[in-house]
Amino acid sequence: MAEANTSSRTRSRRSNAQNRGKSGSRGPRKTPEKPRQAAPKAADKPATETAEKSAFDPIVFSRDEDLKAYREMLLIRRFEEKAGQLYGMGLIGGFCHLYIGQEAVVVGVQFALKQGDQVTTTYRDHGHMLATGMEPRGVMAELTGRRGGYSKGKGGSMHMFSREKNFYGGHGIVGASVPLGTGLAFANQYRDNGAISVTYFGDGAANQGQVYESFNMAKLWDLPVVYVIENNQYGMGTSVARASATTELCKRGQSFDIPGHQVDGMDVRAVKAAADFAAEHARSGKGPIILEMLTYRYRGHSMSDPAKYRSKEEVQKMRTEHDAIEQVKQRLLGEHKLSEDEVKEIDKEVRAIVNDAAEFAQNDPEPDPSELWTDIYVEA
Amino acid sequence: MPTEILMPALSPTMEEGKLAKWTVKEGDEVAAGDVIAEIETDKATMEVEAVDEGTIAKILIGEGTDAVKVNTPIALLLMEGEDEADLREAGGARKSNGAAHPNGDAAEAAPAQGEAKAASEESESGKLGRADGPVSVLVAMDKAEPPEEPEVPEGTEFVEQTVREALRDAMAEEMRRDGEVFVMGEEVAEYQGAYKVTQGLLAEFGARRVIDTPITEHGFAGLGVGAAFAGLRPVVEFMTWNFGMQAMDQIINSAAKTLYMAGGQMGCPIVFRGPNGAAARVAAQHSQDFAAWYSHVPGLKVIQPHTAADAKGLLKAAIRDPNPVIFLENEILYGQTFPVPELDDFVLPIGKAKIARKGGDATIVSFGIGMTHALQAAEALAEEGIDCEVIDLRTLRPMDMDTVIASVKKTNRCVTVEEGWPQSSVGSFIAAELMAKAFDWLDAPVLSVTGKDVPMPYAANLEKLALPSAKDVVAAVKAVSYAD
Repeated sequence: MAEANTSSRTRSRRSNAQNRGKSGSRGPRKTPEKPRQAAPKAADKPATETAEKSAFDPIVFSRDEDLKAYREMLLIRRFEEKAGQLYGMGLIGGFCHLYIGQEAVVVGVQFALKQGDQVTTTYRDHGHMLATGMEPRGVMAELTGRRGGYSKGKGGSMHMFSREKNFYGGHGIVGASVPLGTGLAFANQYRDNGAISVTYFGDGAANQGQVYESFNMAKLWDLPVVYVIENNQYGMGTSVARASATTELCKRGQSFDIPGHQVDGMDVRAVKAAADFAAEHARSGKGPIILEMLTYRYRGHSMSDPAKYRSKEEVQKMRTEHDAIEQVKQRLLGEHKLSEDEVKEIDKEVRAIVNDAAEFAQNDPEPDPSELWTDIYVEA
Repeated sequence: MPTEILMPALSPTMEEGKLAKWTVKEGDEVAAGDVIAEIETDKATMEVEAVDEGTIAKILIGEGTDAVKVNTPIALLLMEGEDEADLREAGGARKSNGAAHPNGDAAEAAPAQGEAKAASEESESGKLGRADGPVSVLVAMDKAEPPEEPEVPEGTEFVEQTVREALRDAMAEEMRRDGEVFVMGEEVAEYQGAYKVTQGLLAEFGARRVIDTPITEHGFAGLGVGAAFAGLRPVVEFMTWNFGMQAMDQIINSAAKTLYMAGGQMGCPIVFRGPNGAAARVAAQHSQDFAAWYSHVPGLKVIQPHTAADAKGLLKAAIRDPNPVIFLENEILYGQTFPVPELDDFVLPIGKAKIARKGGDATIVSFGIGMTHALQAAEALAEEGIDCEVIDLRTLRPMDMDTVIASVKKTNRCVTVEEGWPQSSVGSFIAAELMAKAFDWLDAPVLSVTGKDVPMPYAANLEKLALPSAKDVVAAVKAVSYAD
């Protein structure tokens, strides 16, 4: 993992985190330990600027890796756009939280995982499911509440699971997925199966008490868990700075001796590099680790978002200057020398997959009324 | 006049203990704070300190004596200025001031000091009193008519076991049987269980499978659920169910609902267990019956056993069950002894009530410690010619209403008994079911005997008033029978 080009501030933080609790070298400290003088807090800066910090240098992606990243991120974006459209048509009900803007996080992390590693997250979960390889048809049909959905139409947007793909939900209560993901890691350690658990949550959940209860046990027992905080700058309509006493969420493990790193979550290569490092950390028995992904959601919190809490300019700036998919597209067209037509061909394929999923999700029948009474208990 | 040193209570629920050792002998001078004896119960050991200064004049209970009742005089102390003559004079009227207090590491969350007096008052408060009832009445019942155990083959030997031992054996047997079963909770391992239910498990199964957690109910309940999603079989102990409220979200939203939300893909084979309901003198935050709360929730199975045999057979079933099971134990019952069948693998069916006593005049339905009052009341009513059928629900969800309805069709009267609060109680559900399904057979409204609609008070007299009693059950049965 190269360290060039990272700011010395982030590097010193990372080194400290990595070396904490070990004998020997400590990372360089740039900040002397004297009383701080009204240094500008990260929180005081516009959210858009913080996303430029990265503890991990983007690694170089091969042509194939960029192609795969492009394809997968684009699938999530097109899928979510279609979901938004179906919601507008009244075909999807209830809550629907779109992942548009954050695609690089799940795609980059998934690149670092091995067969058997588990993933769990809160309710902005469609991207995670597609990234783990779950079928777009099954996900979309769950959104429309049809029998072909992953939960037979009984879970909806926030509650989907796939044992086959090791996706353990999809949980509707902010913060609740953190003990659950920690429990999956506990099971891995109990069985000594070499798998790790990737537990995603947002900046909003990062203030929940059960997150810290989990951190404590995870470090106490050195459980193989990677906590990925998707800091998209807003918990619903409340910015991180307005909700959190400390805004560098990667440091939230400090009192438990859990190392944490801040990552440019808009750059899939930086995400992959960080996830590689974190997965290795957890898998090698060093215990939990935190990755704070600085990311951004372009759409509202859910479909009924008033969009009053941030400016259109802020959103537009992220879209035009930091978009994760556009970055990869430029590499494909530039260094990987794909033609515009070749890229368009991928777009077309992705669109076809999404249209097929939407088609299926609209035509698949609703669950049989008898399903009301099934799956409450497993037959003993 | 010599001062009596009384057998102290180690905990609010202790009734008797073993006087393990005297560390003084007759004639020794002692000062306040000196250790004079050691006392053991099945839960813990403690040292007894002298409270007053004086001379140990006479040791009344020899060391090694088992089953010394709380508040029994164990020695006589002569204070300054008193002598042998005082001792001889002291025939009947000794002064007793509880001149010893426990200095032990009491197992309970609540300190034990000063409980002995209240316990003794309670035990003298008549045959329907709370403290002395359960054991003696049940022993009497065993002699009269052993409870039917349809699940036990004929000719099976029974051993006397406490509920505490039965629960421990159930966990140990299931852990031997299945390597994916583990126990976690506060103080379950090295401390041997806050109420000693997990005693010995650490020694047999090691720290990998018997896991002390930090005091983070919400966190470790959720961690257990996650482990269960992965297919492990956690037995999560809450030190008491009062603390389980911290974990309510994980129990209801994660454990109970995920199977449904996952369209059957992912279940949660977990047991949450621990003592539930009032103990003794631990006040409002530590005395609550959660039976009605959990039995409300689809996706959960809820068990609340009364006897040691049921505790064992049902805990084994709960651990094997592929669903989340809420297992509500009771601190007062932990130390009580019942016959437990000696079988290699005694597993009881979940969701099956038991007729604990047969009768034709009225049906009393209860569960858990409520059975104590129900059985005592039935005994008392029998003497007055009212012959009650007593049903022990054992499982609250799924509830065996068939057994209740069949009994009510025979007796035409029903009284329910529980410790929880009256509104939206288990009893009100049973009453509603009976009204809907057995209306034509009822000769009287169904009455529910419950805890009073107040937070649990601390004062001994108020606590007693707040809890249901056999007297209340007798009154309710008489009311539905239109007797006096």
